[in-house]
Amino acid sequence: MSAAEDGKAGAETRRAFRMPPILVMVARRLAIGVVTLFVVSLIIFFGVELLPGDFAAAVLGQSGTPETVAALRSRLGLDVPAHIRYLNWLGGLLQGDLGYSLSGEIRIADILGTRLFNTMFLAGYAAVIAVPLAVGLGIVAALYRNSILDRVISTATLGAISFPEFFVSYVLVLVFAIELGWFPSLSQVSAGMGFGERLYVLFLPAITLTMCTTAHMMRMTRAAIINLLSTPYIEMVRLKGITPWRVVVQHALPNALAPIINVIAVNIAYLIVGVVLVEVVFVYPGLGQLLVDSVSKRDLPVVQVASMIFAAAYILLNLLADVLSIVSNPRLLHPR
Amino acid sequence: MTDTARRKGDRLLEIRGLRIEARNAAGDWGEIVHGVDLDLNRGEVLGLIGESGAGKSTIGLAAMGYAREGCRIAGGSIMFDGIDLATASEAEKRGLRGARIAYVAQSAAAAFDPAHRLIDQYAEAPVRHGVKSRAEAHEEAKALYRRMQLPDPDRIGFRYPHQVSGGQLQRAMTAMAMACRPDLIIFDEPTTALDVTTQIEVLAAIKDVVRQYRTAAIYITHDLAVVAQMADRIKVLQYGREVEEAPADEMMAAPREDYTRSLWAVRHMEKPEAPAPALDPVLSVRKVSAAYGRGMTVLDDVSVDLHRGRTVAVVGESGSGKSTLARVIAGLLPPVSGDVLIDGGPLSPTLAGRSREDRQRIQMIYQMADTALNPRQKVRDIIGRPMRFYLGLDRAEVARRVAEMLDMIELPKAFADRYPGELSGGQKQRIGIARALAAEPEVVICDEVTSALDQLVAEGILKLLMRLQREMRLSYFFITHELATVKAIADDVVVMRHGRVVDRGTRAEVLFPPRKDYTKVLLSSVPEMNTGWLDGLLAARL
Repeated sequence: MSAAEDGKAGAETRRAFRMPPILVMVARRLAIGVVTLFVVSLIIFFGVELLPGDFAAAVLGQSGTPETVAALRSRLGLDVPAHIRYLNWLGGLLQGDLGYSLSGEIRIADILGTRLFNTMFLAGYAAVIAVPLAVGLGIVAALYRNSILDRVISTATLGAISFPEFFVSYVLVLVFAIELGWFPSLSQVSAGMGFGERLYVLFLPAITLTMCTTAHMMRMTRAAIINLLSTPYIEMVRLKGITPWRVVVQHALPNALAPIINVIAVNIAYLIVGVVLVEVVFVYPGLGQLLVDSVSKRDLPVVQVASMIFAAAYILLNLLADVLSIVSNPRLLHPR
Repeated sequence: MTDTARRKGDRLLEIRGLRIEARNAAGDWGEIVHGVDLDLNRGEVLGLIGESGAGKSTIGLAAMGYAREGCRIAGGSIMFDGIDLATASEAEKRGLRGARIAYVAQSAAAAFDPAHRLIDQYAEAPVRHGVKSRAEAHEEAKALYRRMQLPDPDRIGFRYPHQVSGGQLQRAMTAMAMACRPDLIIFDEPTTALDVTTQIEVLAAIKDVVRQYRTAAIYITHDLAVVAQMADRIKVLQYGREVEEAPADEMMAAPREDYTRSLWAVRHMEKPEAPAPALDPVLSVRKVSAAYGRGMTVLDDVSVDLHRGRTVAVVGESGSGKSTLARVIAGLLPPVSGDVLIDGGPLSPTLAGRSREDRQRIQMIYQMADTALNPRQKVRDIIGRPMRFYLGLDRAEVARRVAEMLDMIELPKAFADRYPGELSGGQKQRIGIARALAAEPEVVICDEVTSALDQLVAEGILKLLMRLQREMRLSYFFITHELATVKAIADDVVVMRHGRVVDRGTRAEVLFPPRKDYTKVLLSSVPEMNTGWLDGLLAARL
């Protein structure tokens, strides 16, 4: 075997053992994500420490004497210095122990489980409606750009996003729950509830969230597609006699996916972490409401865990968006 | 049947009084094609030739009933086999496009959708027009790829456009245009973006399939020598009007109009021989090797000398390393090994390590004047900046010198207050030259400075560069892939291939006659101005 062939064979072997570039990228991003989460945990823990007030004082209220407050503090372990409590908390977190809630002293994992499920369910429900709707409207708007239809779509979606979400919620409740009586005004769910019943009860909040997120995704879809319509390859497809609908869906859309995916990821992250107001209006037991309640009660362990979950959701969704952007681009997926 | 009667029956396309309007920045419609007539019979190839702005692409697209965004067909008739495309409905035109009239674009790399495999893009038109099934189309694509001598024809179709070279893509695009066996194909400058050696392969492939399937074609180009190989008849256009039309042989042998004759004037430019001087070179590249990233060697042991007041032309195909060599000299890419000397003294390998005086001595003129000039600066600032920076001139002196420079590059003084966007391509390149010369350099690196320009404009730029060289004793390091340009301007020639120097010497030594095989291939690949050149060359090479 000649030296050149030898070198070639060596390169082949190396390639066979090397991880695909996309996995390397995912691994690297996950590692960065872990570091980010660590920084976030520091900020959350010591940020929360800075909050005025104190759980023991809040619980005991007027009746608390300095002695009883001190006793409760020491029973809850609040008299230990902050950095020690942080290390204990972080250590527990790494072992999967989320710790105990201060109020009622129940395991945070127990409260969080159903809350997290509820939040994810609502976010998923809204996303399943909003994403296809927004992308579809964006495609239609791009296809018939500058027509009446385009303007109607733009005005309607921008109008919807211009109102605060609690206002939209109340209007929907007024019309569909009170006037027409089609849907319940409160989204109360229980553990044994069936899937269909859940969908029914959550319809109004899901529609509210859809209205709040569609405009952003729709505008990005429209802009990304229109951006590509003047490229030579789109002209080429037109000159092959392909219908305008196919030109947009088969040729412009695949090349416009990266920016659209990124905006979708940001919006889904919003659906998970930013829906407190909607949860409050519909009295829906989600994570957001739990967070707000816990802050007002100074139940700091719960605040910390909930915040960590929100941070992790953002990091994972951004990672997912980047991976999908790469997968959707043959130039990155199939290098020369 | 008489000859004329048969012709009439064979008539495929008949354009009468075609007028096309374009909208300007202010939103007003202005006519850009002024009543052009065009006839094409079945199986015939018509060459459309002219400079940019002549309206050739616009007319070519109009033959498909298509007008680009901001353009519209304002009058006349476009009869394609009995259908008037000027008035036909969109659906009717869509039925013809891709099926009976196909299009081959200038840059195949830009005209293939990057998101789909070549063969799927091939199959799209036949499947959507209901001519063939996907499986049939795939089989045919492979056969056609083979006929067009693409490497690995059974599998190349399953690659994405970015995985295939420019010349191969251009052939794949011609194959794609043939997919429905159309009656007419519009070739819009299909080889303009290619190297001479690649161009030949593409021209041969196009000629072969067009002949094989007796497809009629409109072949658009600004290169007379290319059109002479491809066309039966040639129509010359200028400013949206017909200048003249004649059978290809006649046109090549005896063009009637002055404008047509001027189109190939640049091919007759030739710099007078000058003996090689015995002096030390002003710029000397010694045994330079360079690489991008790790391991990818782009330059391998390259040495070049440039003498004062002379031009060394570096020729080679894309990928030969000639632009990389320019980057090494300019200090933009530090070499792995080797030195660059100016006036015998070593230059720092990095730009940061070079003194202001060192930088002043080497200036650069770029291929794309469009992107090399700051669109937000007025001409006076673009030219004035190097004067202030390198020469430390004050405001009044700079204003006086800018006026002088404009005079020198043959532009009116009033241009000082214009922005680059208000200039034509040739004028922008003149500003690029003025900017380089404003620093009063010794060596000017010219990187494909005429490649993006029409022949007449390019000729003007080359003449200007030659005049300035005589007046200012400038030394040019001239990178090009066009051998006509080499003949026009070079004293010394360096031929490069795959990052190595193949041959070097005076122009006569290297080129007339060529002494290395590769130089022979390069020279023989340059289209000549006679209609039988391509056939003769292909026959000779077989």
